[in-house]
Amino acid sequence: MLLRVTDRGLWCEPAQLYIDPWAPVDRAVITHAHSDHLRFGCGQYLVAAPGTALARTRLGAHGDRVQSVAYGEPVTVHGVRISLHPAGHILGSAQIRVEHRGEVWVVSGDYKTDPDPTCTPWEPVRCHTFITECTFGLPIYRWPSTAQVFDEINAWWRANAAEGRASLLYGYSLGKAQRLLAGLDPSIGPILTHGAVETMTGLYRDAGITMPETTYATVDQRDPAWSRAIVIAPPSVDGGTWVRRFGPSAAAFASGWMLVRGARRRRGVDRGFTLSDHVDWPQLLAAIDATGAQRVLPTHGFTGPVVRWLREHGLEADALATRYEGERDDAAVDETEAGS
Amino acid sequence: MKAFAMLYEAIDASTSTQAKVAALTQYFAEAPPADSAWAVAFLTGRRPKRLVRAPDLRTWAAAAADIPDWLFEDSYAQAGDLAETITLLVPRGKTIAEASLSAWVEDRLLPLATMDADAQRVALLEAWQQLDGTARFVFNKLLTGAFRVGVSQGLVVRALAAASDVHADIIAHRLMGAWEPTGEWFEQLVRGDTADADWSRPYPFFLAHPLEAPVESLGDVQEWQVEWKWDGIRAQIVKRRDRVLLWSRGEELLTGRFPEVEQACALLPDGTVLDGELLAWRDGTPMPFTALQRRLNRKQVGRALVAQVPVHFVAYDCLEHAGNDLRTQPLHERRSEMQRLVAALPTGAPVSVSPRIEATSWTEVSEARDLSRQQAAEGLMLKRANSAYGVGRRGNDWRKWKVSPLTVDAVLIYAQAGHGRRAGLHTDYTFAVWNGDTLVPFAKAYSGLTDAEIREVDRFVRANTRETYGPVRTVEPTLVFELAFEGIQESARHKSGLAVRFPRITRWRRDKVARDADSLESVRALLRAQQAHEQRGDA
Ligand SMILES: [Zn+2]
Ligand SMILES: [Zn+2]
Repeated sequence: MLLRVTDRGLWCEPAQLYIDPWAPVDRAVITHAHSDHLRFGCGQYLVAAPGTALARTRLGAHGDRVQSVAYGEPVTVHGVRISLHPAGHILGSAQIRVEHRGEVWVVSGDYKTDPDPTCTPWEPVRCHTFITECTFGLPIYRWPSTAQVFDEINAWWRANAAEGRASLLYGYSLGKAQRLLAGLDPSIGPILTHGAVETMTGLYRDAGITMPETTYATVDQRDPAWSRAIVIAPPSVDGGTWVRRFGPSAAAFASGWMLVRGARRRRGVDRGFTLSDHVDWPQLLAAIDATGAQRVLPTHGFTGPVVRWLREHGLEADALATRYEGERDDAAVDETEAGS
Repeated sequence: MKAFAMLYEAIDASTSTQAKVAALTQYFAEAPPADSAWAVAFLTGRRPKRLVRAPDLRTWAAAAADIPDWLFEDSYAQAGDLAETITLLVPRGKTIAEASLSAWVEDRLLPLATMDADAQRVALLEAWQQLDGTARFVFNKLLTGAFRVGVSQGLVVRALAAASDVHADIIAHRLMGAWEPTGEWFEQLVRGDTADADWSRPYPFFLAHPLEAPVESLGDVQEWQVEWKWDGIRAQIVKRRDRVLLWSRGEELLTGRFPEVEQACALLPDGTVLDGELLAWRDGTPMPFTALQRRLNRKQVGRALVAQVPVHFVAYDCLEHAGNDLRTQPLHERRSEMQRLVAALPTGAPVSVSPRIEATSWTEVSEARDLSRQQAAEGLMLKRANSAYGVGRRGNDWRKWKVSPLTVDAVLIYAQAGHGRRAGLHTDYTFAVWNGDTLVPFAKAYSGLTDAEIREVDRFVRANTRETYGPVRTVEPTLVFELAFEGIQESARHKSGLAVRFPRITRWRRDKVARDADSLESVRALLRAQQAHEQRGDA
């Protein structure tokens, strides 16, 4: 096996390195900068070039251990050819292609195939074995078109603004927040951000991604124009003191989970917008098909049904037990779904 | 259908009463009368029974989605709701039909009831192709007999009143009783000319507020009429056009279920309406509420059951005499009228006047209340002697002053399968009360429902499971039950901060939606009242 799971992560023995390890190791290749994939304490990190600043910021004191490589440019380690390819998940997200003695494996990381102007679109990479995430690997998950979702978001914002209510739109501060920002119609009103979102958005701007003008909503400023504003913030601030400064407001949550009514209701926000940075069921099947892989190892999601479906369709498939948790906003929903 | 789906979305998404009423008002103002009629029917809980067998639905939906049955089941387990699973799985159609709600219901939905399975399948596949999103979801909910939405009848009435400019009392009156949801009926419902009121209908029930302040705050005891608060079924007897109609407070027509009471009331003069309580009754005293439930659950009552559980009507009030509405007259005058009417019935008739408790001080009233349980009463009713018979819970002229067992209306949130005779049925329940906008688990209860009700709750649990942890299912918080318990105390071990002694289910509150259930605050008020009562007892 070219790649296998150990207690530290996805181990590539011939290259002597780990992909997205969840414990400190000497050498790590990283799919993207979300916290369940990029952990502290490794000796060396290799990331795709557009995600360098994100990884460095996230690692703080360990930022100087990050090295980068352009998409598609191979690096050879102990005779193993390694290259990173766009995953379309967030800025700098990559699939990891590993080639050794003619055998090719691809690790998808998190990915989506829907359009997103804030990152390089996903590309299929031919391989023998495909390790794929399946966060939304059930046929109930079929995304509405991105354009339609943004029409709904802007209409919701416009209606709130007309009634003098601030619009609180929650999404994970890295990736989801910037995708939301890119789809907003700035003519409706001011766009405010939470500190965590503002920091990440600055890094997107530095990377040359077009972002609308945003104002970091600090504690000591308050402005009457805020009643027409949209506020992009991580979901953890909901119901807390931070959001009170905006006065009368409506709250919405943007996530793939919002497709299902039960999850919307458990979230307890006024609206749920179905906007995901993962593939839905048809996209997952199409992506698997496009890799031409004969063996598929689903992880990170509904592995049971996906494995069974693939086997019934003539592929070799096994669930791979990893410790990637899904984005924190998604995980937060998982938690409420699992708890009482 | 689209407009109704949007209304559903607006109500479903919002926790604000004001927003719900606004959405309803707009719908009633804009929708064709025939659509509004169906909307009123569905929103007030008059939903059609399940029209298609659930196993058939699952098979057809899986086939339409081109997935194997196991994957349908996995999807259902994740979505937690059959109607929604189907909505999400069946591919979007190409021709979305813009037909009205009434057309969908009358031409597409209701005819399913008389079709064979093959015809149902064809009709359903076609319907799913023509509906999308929430419209499809609402259709499926109606199809499975599981349509529910978070509005009370009161809110619907408010919106109808706002949309039509007809007073809410009149709308409430017109909504009582039996009606068919047609466009004509809806036009009658909101008609400005209010001299109608179908002859068969009862008056809206006047309800009492619980007494929370010290009883002395009510002022002069002589201005109050004190009665027992009986633990039966509140009902109105309507005698008009030589017919006797028996109406429950839940607006259900009970006629036919209590033949002994109806026979006696046939002797009342035409144009009479009495308000009172139906009680199971033996040897001049009430039997427990559970005995009465045996009668209530039967549409047809045999002689043996009548002999086992005789029923008696205890009259509280006279709302109409000789065809005249007496509701604005003072209570003591209505009472005299009622006494004359009941006295004229033959000896042995199962109808009597609820006795007035004579008391010259609040201390005596309080002493009488302590005897409630011996009287098989829940406590006392305190009514201002000159009060009018109002509508709903308006005003403070009627107060109920209950004793233990304390009761709380709580929402079913978890269910677990029972053992022994009830193995496989979900019989162990956990109930919750509101704490702001969240439901907090509050008590577990096992006993109190009839077998038929247990089966019905079991079906609900299976169809409305959100998730499963081993034997425990989390269900959609929809069903409301009245729980009684012997005592209540603070408890750090319980999530609610309260522990109750000997909780049991006393009745299924089908007349209530989850939002109407009690709050932690009102349970705490019960605790305080209990403590105050105990202290008084010690002194
Ligand atoms: Zn991610
Ligand atoms: Zn992830």
